[in-house]
Amino acid sequence: MRMDKKETHPPRWAEKFLSWYCKPGLLEDLQGDLHEYFQRNLKAQGATRARLIYIIDVFKFLRLYTIRKPEFINFLINWIMLGSYIKTSGRSIMRNKLFSAINIVGLSVSMAVGLLMIGIISDISSYDKFHEKHDRIYRITSVYQWLENKDNQGNASNSMMVGKAVQENFPEVERAAVLHTGYSGDFQVGETTVTLNGLWSNESVFDVFSFTLLQGNMAAALRQPFSVVLTETAARKLFGDGNAMGKTITLNKDRQYTVTGIMKDVPTFSHMKFDVLGSLNTREILQVDDREWKWDNVWSTYVYVLMQKDADMEAFQQKLTAYARQNDNLIPNVKVYLGFQPLTDILIGEDLNNQLGATFGKITFWIFLAITTIILLSAAFNYTNLSIARALRRSREVGVRKIIGAVKGHIIGQFAVESVIISLLALIFAFGLFVLLKPHLLSLQSDLHELLVLDVSPALIGYFIVFAITIGLLAGLFPALFFSKINAVKVLKDVSSVQVFRKITMRKLLIVLQYSISIIFITSMLIMHKQYKHFLAFNFGFTIDNIVNISLQGNKADPIIAELRALPEVQNVSMSRLITSTGNYWGVYMKTDKDLADSTMVWHNLVDENYLPLHDFALLAGKNFTAKPDSAKETEVIVNQQILKRFNIASQIPSDAVGETVTLDNNNVTIIGVVKDFTYGKADNNNSNEVVFRYGRKDAEYINVKFVTNDWPATREKIEAIWKKHDAIHPMHAKLYKDQINEGFDGLRASVKLATFMAVMAICISSLGLLGMVVFTTETRLREVSIRKVLGASEGKLIFLLGRGFVVLLAIATFISLPLTYLFFEKVMLVKLSNHTSIEAFEMFAGVIGILILAAILIGSQTFKIARTNPADVLKNE
Amino acid sequence: MKGTNLGEFEELVLLTIAALMSEAYSVAICDELEKRAGRSAKLGVVHAVLNRLEEKDLVKSRLGEATSTRGGKRKRYYTLTNTGKASLLKAKEVRDGLWSLIPNMSLKNI
Repeated sequence: MRMDKKETHPPRWAEKFLSWYCKPGLLEDLQGDLHEYFQRNLKAQGATRARLIYIIDVFKFLRLYTIRKPEFINFLINWIMLGSYIKTSGRSIMRNKLFSAINIVGLSVSMAVGLLMIGIISDISSYDKFHEKHDRIYRITSVYQWLENKDNQGNASNSMMVGKAVQENFPEVERAAVLHTGYSGDFQVGETTVTLNGLWSNESVFDVFSFTLLQGNMAAALRQPFSVVLTETAARKLFGDGNAMGKTITLNKDRQYTVTGIMKDVPTFSHMKFDVLGSLNTREILQVDDREWKWDNVWSTYVYVLMQKDADMEAFQQKLTAYARQNDNLIPNVKVYLGFQPLTDILIGEDLNNQLGATFGKITFWIFLAITTIILLSAAFNYTNLSIARALRRSREVGVRKIIGAVKGHIIGQFAVESVIISLLALIFAFGLFVLLKPHLLSLQSDLHELLVLDVSPALIGYFIVFAITIGLLAGLFPALFFSKINAVKVLKDVSSVQVFRKITMRKLLIVLQYSISIIFITSMLIMHKQYKHFLAFNFGFTIDNIVNISLQGNKADPIIAELRALPEVQNVSMSRLITSTGNYWGVYMKTDKDLADSTMVWHNLVDENYLPLHDFALLAGKNFTAKPDSAKETEVIVNQQILKRFNIASQIPSDAVGETVTLDNNNVTIIGVVKDFTYGKADNNNSNEVVFRYGRKDAEYINVKFVTNDWPATREKIEAIWKKHDAIHPMHAKLYKDQINEGFDGLRASVKLATFMAVMAICISSLGLLGMVVFTTETRLREVSIRKVLGASEGKLIFLLGRGFVVLLAIATFISLPLTYLFFEKVMLVKLSNHTSIEAFEMFAGVIGILILAAILIGSQTFKIARTNPADVLKNE
Repeated sequence: MKGTNLGEFEELVLLTIAALMSEAYSVAICDELEKRAGRSAKLGVVHAVLNRLEEKDLVKSRLGEATSTRGGKRKRYYTLTNTGKASLLKAKEVRDGLWSLIPNMSLKNI
């Protein structure tokens, strides 16, 4: 009989479901009847069918007269009791200050990340929504294929041909806005010159998008060649408060454009940003580029289509594909694939090349979202853990409440209110952290600053509060359910009968996981920080100290240089085409006479005669350039050792190489000097160090100034004064060479910052988790410890006994995470970085030791407290 | 008020309760109905009818002792109230009266 029962039982969930929906008055009756039938069916038709019939019957009984009516009275009581809940929660929070503080801090740290995430999501989701027809606007995208090499990333841009075709051959396209990059430069009105960035655009731009035209005719503004539409700001810069309409503007001292419209500034949440729009058909007259209309020129035109209402997008895709295939033969070996992308997907949609403005990578977004979720869940779980750990203290209170007449719902209500209060308190701190972290987040990458605003709007505050309440309810759910199930009679008789220790393995796992993550983050942070420091102090093979690079911005160099030389601080001035070692590359084809094969690409820089001495390049043989007039034919070149090696010139002996002839860009030149190898690209890139220096004063874009000064800001002011004399329009772009090199590692610096932040957070959360666990264990073992003490155990032994388990957990976490981190950096990350430093013991262990000490303090403080308790106090209650 | 008018199935259930005397609980009623009326009586339907009869005050119920066969759940036994008895009698009277009006042969022809 007993066996029978054990083997075949009606499905538990169906039973639970029945007792959930059924009126209490009818429940027993129904349960009994169904059970009786179940037993019958079991004999007659077997277990599976009996279960099935049971389930069906449970659902059949779901009728109006069986359903439990919502207990209004309970609702009312909960409402009336809300005040009491808040009061008792407040008391309980105040009574356990340490616990409350831990909970609030833990939640607020992770909630701050959540708030940032909400801010980001709210910003991102408002992008491009201001366009009234945003749900019907799509951007045509392209993928380029040369021979069999199809690009694995598509382009946001397209060919001009596509822009024309979608307007003419696709009836489902209502209007198409075609934009083209490069309507930028110096815009001049009378004496005022302003540098503006803009786009060429066809006339449909105002039909497709909802940019507001303040003056001018939407339909006609960009119809005529040489028309320009200015944004308000641009108009104010050019014309002040005067009327701009109909006036002419000269672009780059060349053509004149007539102002045909003034539009409101482009809203912040627009993925494309511009100051001016020029009429696209101007380009047909200018004929800047004969490749303009080529099928494979998919790099500078952007096509946005406004689809007819209820257009069939699948059919549209097929037509696009068919159209693209028609054009396969236009350019040999080149195929272009077309697709489309909804306007509102642009910001976090597919990662595309050649975006018209900054976008938020889809992958970045999902990674960030995933990390945030993990952090939040982890913190919420900690709260749950800590609350249940305090079960022993709170269960008596719950017992008394239940005896007085509280039902499950009331207990759940009370604990839910308590956790919501805690999370709302945490929200206050989290908001403070949010404000504090916001600028740091935005400065992580230069793009982010343009993309996100993270403005605190009332709506955002509303989201934050909803978020905090959700987190509170989520974290409080389990404690509330747990306490509501406590049996009042049992608890009041014997507190220790409360079963809190059931899911212990789960919690141990959580601790190991949390600590592994902490160790991974802190170790990664230390390793990356070391790399960053290493690259900043990198020896490039030439001097970068006390050099400032000034971008010429098209000005004549000689007059500026002459004045700069007159400054007492300035030691030397040179000119160059590129600022090397910051990630700039410029290739040239080179071959030697002996080498009959194809020419090879090497890297180069165009410099003047002062460049090499100014930067202390080490000449191994030969001599430096001598000053030459701009008209002189190129006859000389200075190479580095890698070049000798690559082309095997003069058996790689520098002194013999001098005098050899090589071909550069189909031009015969003589090697006049050989410099020692140096890092041409970036410190973390070793692939491109075959470098030649060519003489080219006229091609220079930068002047390099070497100075000696104790007061750099003052020197900078003097230099700036000189600059202003020669170029009143453009602000001076002057940067210290060292800063420029540092900027090249902004990405790494951002990673270090991010990892630091993550490490702090992970450590916070895992420490709290550990603390909860320790309190949990020590309190449940209080009696055991007391008895041991009575029997003669020393305090030290007791601490060892209590702490042992945790030390093992931490050791496991260390053994998992350290090798993982090491392998990750050694095999994956650092492989990509040339010239990196090796990982040493300090980076590997410093973080771990720090974390372990912190954990030891946590464990020690709690176990010490327990070990010190007077056994008589504990045992006298028995 | 629907008063004492009985539906056909309601009448059958009431009669079964009366016939089963002190053993009338839902499952037994179902079984008895199946046996006597020769048609399957679904538990859900019987329950609904019992519920309605109780609402109409035609039957009353009490809980019995717990038994192991029903997973420890008690049976709910039904007995007729005086109103229930009266309505059954009334229904019978109505039928009898009608029967008495039918001449013997008219039915034999069928």
